[in-house]
Amino acid sequence: MLRRIFPHPYLSLLLTLVWLSLVNKVTLGNILLGGFLGFVLPLMTSIYWPHRPILRHPFKAIEFVFVVLWDIVIANIQVAKVILLKRNANIHSQWVVVPHELTSAEAITILAGTITMTPGTVSTMLSSDGKAILVHTLDTDDPDAVRDEIKTRYERRLKEIFQ
Amino acid sequence: MLAEIIISALLVIGGVFGLVGSFGMIKLQDTLQRLHAPTKAATLGVGGVLLASMLYFLLIKGHLSFHELLITLFLFLTAPISGHFIAKAYMARRVRETELPPSGGYYGWAAYNDPPAQPRDNKSA
Repeated sequence: MLRRIFPHPYLSLLLTLVWLSLVNKVTLGNILLGGFLGFVLPLMTSIYWPHRPILRHPFKAIEFVFVVLWDIVIANIQVAKVILLKRNANIHSQWVVVPHELTSAEAITILAGTITMTPGTVSTMLSSDGKAILVHTLDTDDPDAVRDEIKTRYERRLKEIFQ
Repeated sequence: MLAEIIISALLVIGGVFGLVGSFGMIKLQDTLQRLHAPTKAATLGVGGVLLASMLYFLLIKGHLSFHELLITLFLFLTAPISGHFIAKAYMARRVRETELPPSGGYYGWAAYNDPPAQPRDNKSA
């Protein structure tokens, strides 16, 4: 019953917080309006999002966020270096196939998004059963190392968080 | 004084990365390579400016502003997804399946192959 009224409790909380940050002012009226949005929006969209993702280790999720933020900074510097210092003929772009063992759609989405935001890689396509990600690398000479880094650095952590 | 130096430094860093990202759009050769420039270099460009803005309101105006955190959140949600859309649309039109490495599983890449007949949702499980 409670599950039917609040299909995604964390989403409700997040929406309320997002609303409060949007208006940038915490008043009773804003809390009520934010709470209303947090109540109605998950209810209206729940048929498109039938599963509730399970977070086994929320604290590992925080660690993951910081790892990714740090990697984004590194990624920017690396990509800037490639753009500024390398001649186009020396930029070796390659495809890398990353098979993964994640099962929930949310975890796969986060993995694909993380790949796009981090060093020299953009995830371009999933296999049609969703069990492998096709990754385009900007400049690499060792595609296997790229794949192994994605698997050990991100997939392992996401597996711990979601499974 | 120190606050102003830090804020200006962040603005300059953000500007430089934004410039490099835009330059990459011109310099790199094909669409997929060009995708790398805005999805990354621009992120730190915008990030630097947002961080500077937050510090400005915190240290000089004396109140905390959450709008920058929201912009960061929305940027991190939208950048990979629009990047994925552009890549997939480009590949469906211009890249043939034979140019790609095999997916390694039973099913091929999503733009060229139909998904499994039984989708993995809660109705079939």
